[in-house]
Amino acid sequence: MKIIAAMSGGVDSAVAAARVADAGHEVIGVHLALSSNPQKYRSGARGCCTIEDSHDARRAADIIGIPFYIWDMAEEFHDGVVQNFLSEYAGGKTPNPCLRCNEKIKFEAVLKRARAMGYDAVATGHYAKKIESSSGPLLYRADDPAKDQSYVLAVLTQDQLAGAIFPLGDTVKTDVRKEAQERGFSLAQKPDSHDICFVPSGDNAGWLRDRLGSEVGDIVDEDGAVLGSHKGAYTYTVGQRRGLGLTVPADDGRARYVLRVEPINNRVVVGSREELAITEISGGDVKWCGPVAELGEHRGLAQVRAHGAALPCTYRWDGDQLSATLDQPLFGLAPGQALVIYEDQRAIGSATIERTG
Amino acid sequence: MSVSEKAAYLDNAATTAILPEALEVLYQEAATVGNASSLHGAGRRARKIVEESRERIAAAVGAKPQEVIFTASGTEANNLAVKGMFWQAQNDGEAKTGISSSPVEHHAILDPLEWLERESGAQLHLAQVDVNGVINPESITEIMSEHGATISFATFMHSNNEVGALQPVAELADIAREHQIPIHTDAVQSFGKVPLHFADLGVDAMTISGHKIGGPLGVAALIAKKTLELTPLLHGGGQEREVRSGTLHTPAIAAFATAAEISQAKLNSNSERIRSLRARLIAGITQTVSDVRLNGGANTLPGIAHFTFDGAEGDALLLLLDAQGVQCSTGSACSAGIAQPSHVLIAMGMAPKIARSSIRFSIGPSTTEAEIDRAISVIGEVVVRARAAGAK
Ligand SMILES: Cc1ncc(COP(=O)(O)O)c(C=O)c1O
Repeated sequence: MKIIAAMSGGVDSAVAAARVADAGHEVIGVHLALSSNPQKYRSGARGCCTIEDSHDARRAADIIGIPFYIWDMAEEFHDGVVQNFLSEYAGGKTPNPCLRCNEKIKFEAVLKRARAMGYDAVATGHYAKKIESSSGPLLYRADDPAKDQSYVLAVLTQDQLAGAIFPLGDTVKTDVRKEAQERGFSLAQKPDSHDICFVPSGDNAGWLRDRLGSEVGDIVDEDGAVLGSHKGAYTYTVGQRRGLGLTVPADDGRARYVLRVEPINNRVVVGSREELAITEISGGDVKWCGPVAELGEHRGLAQVRAHGAALPCTYRWDGDQLSATLDQPLFGLAPGQALVIYEDQRAIGSATIERTG
Repeated sequence: MSVSEKAAYLDNAATTAILPEALEVLYQEAATVGNASSLHGAGRRARKIVEESRERIAAAVGAKPQEVIFTASGTEANNLAVKGMFWQAQNDGEAKTGISSSPVEHHAILDPLEWLERESGAQLHLAQVDVNGVINPESITEIMSEHGATISFATFMHSNNEVGALQPVAELADIAREHQIPIHTDAVQSFGKVPLHFADLGVDAMTISGHKIGGPLGVAALIAKKTLELTPLLHGGGQEREVRSGTLHTPAIAAFATAAEISQAKLNSNSERIRSLRARLIAGITQTVSDVRLNGGANTLPGIAHFTFDGAEGDALLLLLDAQGVQCSTGSACSAGIAQPSHVLIAMGMAPKIARSSIRFSIGPSTTEAEIDRAISVIGEVVVRARAAGAK
């Protein structure tokens, strides 16, 4: 096969590229330049697209012995990921930009470009497994449960999945690092990247305030009583308890949590933990990363956060919306996150959460 | 090193294969101890090699040996010319802060100019260029009559490294002389490719570089009239006319001289051969691909063929050609590895999107017909794929 290996400059994607090259495929390493104004150096575990990272990726490609190019995807990334991140927050939602990046950049813009240029697939350092079946490729959890990234890949369509290769699905992270060391990659001990790559300071709230303004508003309870004030409703997340700075204590003295963010009237609504409990989740923008589910009700597992638990549920597909009823209540779920349905280890599909109850 | 049957090295404007004779000299000299500034036997031997090389290079470019200042790169020679002339002018009574140049210069000229503008308040007066990237001398006449009294020096490239356009430097030198303005030319791409004679050209300084003519990397020269005062960039032993310091790289200088002599001796036969290879490439590409245009006009270097493939992206073309063993370039600089639309093409009036759809093939003395045919045989499919991938 002819493969484009996306190389971030991190350990995982470097080992992934090396493995597809070892397997005898014709491989080209590609580093995605996602910022039109890249930082020169990494600071700690933040970011993933500094000039230093592209240098690290290039050195790994040299060692593997594959050509290496940088693709400028800054515009696509800005339009498809950063803008979406901002507009979702402005709308009171909590988006997951990594998931959007997979959906719009790595397995959309990059895969499209690769296919147009005569390449068959894009290989990445994601921890997930793609298994071929009679009904096409299927997405499974990685063998390393701590690293499993099937959640952020369940937004792919089956056609996108067909063009994806995940060489690390059967390996645990510590072995990947060991392998990087053995292969002589200088990046072997580089820290994992955390946080949001386009917020290099790591201060999400500050970053959002700089871009969306910081209009002071009220923090209220369900009855509308003002309990405090905030500097930008969108910097709050459903389920958040810390940093509310409430001036009026609760009658019962118990902790209060963010129940809702209401961007239109710039309010943050807080309440008790019990009020956070939900069992109903539904959303649109449904993607099936395997065969499309049959209409109707099915048993499965729902996951609503990147490293959240898989919760037993009954899910329904009506041809437009995907919804799930959890067996046990869940506390604190923000709209904008993805609902991913699993059957055992297999990711079935996903929806962007719009309503909970 | 010989290239495999399927590979084609068509990036000779970036750097060209070292000539076997130059390699032999480099190798032999590198094995011999001696600092050309030492007074003992080993030093005298090295000094003799350096001075002989200086004479041979001077002869090859129509200059006097005393006019040859060795540097470690064309970039350094350009910086020495630009900053050296500007700083010198600041020592004079009425400090002149104007500089005349063109928007199609190599970054090794443009960046020092912009640095002087930023850091020292220099005023840049840039020529107009036509759609082929050729400097319009009338625009220089205008600039000189209007600003001549405040212009410290002028610098115009002898030929453009991206599209290959030859520049009317002799004419520009006449204009500069009328106004008593010293003039430098960056002849890095021209030396060894087209006739070049320092004295006849009428310029005060000229840059040439070793690795573009089959000499080694890391050696170049600023040819400068003895009367031209330059403020040094590098301070130290003052080895070169008190203008350039640093232990002379005797092996590279000797090999540079060998390459200069050979490329001068073979100039006519090489350029004829290279021109016909270029014609073959142009015919092959224009017959295979639709909606392609050749840039640079009729009067170009023999070895540069620069094309715009509408609807394709230069980056994608490069990757796909490279995957087929065909090595060429966009000819423009990268910023953090990301191709920027070329300032040369923008100055020629191209829209950024079209500028990004361009690539440069450059042919050298070692290029074979088989390499040209290899490029022609793959270009059709490569362009189809690159167009499918879309232009930015
Ligand atoms: C026109 C021109 N000037 C200057 C240079 C820089 O020369 P060097 O590579 O020796 O620093 C180049 C090389 O790319 C060039 O093409």
